[in-house]
Amino acid sequence: MASQLTLSIVTPEREIVRAQVDEVELPGAEGYFGVLPGHTPMLATLTVGRLTYRAGQESQVLAIAFGFAEVLPDTVTVLAQMAERAEDIDLSRAETARQRAEARLAHPDSDLDYARARTALDKAILRVQVASRARAR
Amino acid sequence: MPSLIDIRRRVRAVKSTQQITKAMKMVAASKLRRAQERVVGARPYAQQMLRVLNSLAARVDPEAHPLLRESEGRPGAPPLLVVISADKGLCGSFNTNVTKQAALFVQDTPDRQVAMALVGRKGRDFFLRRRVDVRYEVVNLFQHVKLAHAQEIARTATEAFTEGRVGSVYLLYNEFKSAMSQKVVLERLLPIPRLSVENGGLIGPQVDYLYEPSAEEILTSVVPRHVEIQVYRALLESAAAEHAARMTAMDAATRNAQEMVDKLTLYMNKVRQAAITREIIEVVSGAQAL
Repeated sequence: MASQLTLSIVTPEREIVRAQVDEVELPGAEGYFGVLPGHTPMLATLTVGRLTYRAGQESQVLAIAFGFAEVLPDTVTVLAQMAERAEDIDLSRAETARQRAEARLAHPDSDLDYARARTALDKAILRVQVASRARAR
Repeated sequence: MPSLIDIRRRVRAVKSTQQITKAMKMVAASKLRRAQERVVGARPYAQQMLRVLNSLAARVDPEAHPLLRESEGRPGAPPLLVVISADKGLCGSFNTNVTKQAALFVQDTPDRQVAMALVGRKGRDFFLRRRVDVRYEVVNLFQHVKLAHAQEIARTATEAFTEGRVGSVYLLYNEFKSAMSQKVVLERLLPIPRLSVENGGLIGPQVDYLYEPSAEEILTSVVPRHVEIQVYRALLESAAAEHAARMTAMDAATRNAQEMVDKLTLYMNKVRQAAITREIIEVVSGAQAL
């Protein structure tokens, strides 16, 4: 049995992370789930959320949104539409995006695409959370 | 015989043109490097996507998804040809190759009924001047190709396909082979060719997965994404190929200009020599006459 997982996170633009890790936690469409080495093969869809991975004592947080995760006993491949490391997020920009999204939802005009606005808000909130948590540490 | 000043003026003109082509070549080279990185960067995602799609297709009946289904006889629905050209010229035969292939495609289609989606200014200008059924067009995206562009194109094509307005969707673009060569390729985007689904090549033994949620649901979300990625990859390939083509074209132009400068300079020297010789003769024969 493998003692570690090879985690690779790819977005359409590039590969964001490739690392040997001990544990991964993913935002599945049906709730967060954790993966340890030796997991049963699994394919899961992902939603907007935090991805946490731990290598030894070091743990890292990423904001990811939509995509799939392919889990094999010794590898986890995440295909995400968006993935950002906490340190790459511009906190002030995320904050303004959040306010904009909130304002749009608070005063809906007729041609507002509700689902899309909601997703934008979710993403913005997530970015703010992930980024501010990284700063706090 | 042209005067010395005229030739000198021409040499100067050619030299300044050469400076421009040289600069363009350099710009294209640096843009090419970036574009190439993006093509390479997009590859792992596309490959993984194909793997996931493959493993799903083995498990789920491909007929279950409308985008995988082989055309079910949509009478009279024309194929949709997505033509990806550049926004700018000065890149050799890059744009002509695409439009030529597109024209061939139309000729080979029964009734010559082809709906077109035009990406890039050059292709659009070409086909707008001809009477073509243009369903969609987008220009000015090659400054910076974003996934959102690909998503919009993919969405338009998918909608047209599922609503039965078109019978199939093809992608026509320049593939980036190397910095020296580009190749025009035609690929069927929809319905997704069975071949690419079933013999993706690189897959080893099939893995038995747990699916969360169900395999069908994952398939419905993977398939549209796959279409987007295909379009995105085509856009990136085309962007890289464009810069490569421009670099080669501008390199050739710079060399031709140099050749011309050399020739003109030689000629200019001859003319000058002739003028000097003539003057000497005049002086000498004037002295003799005394």
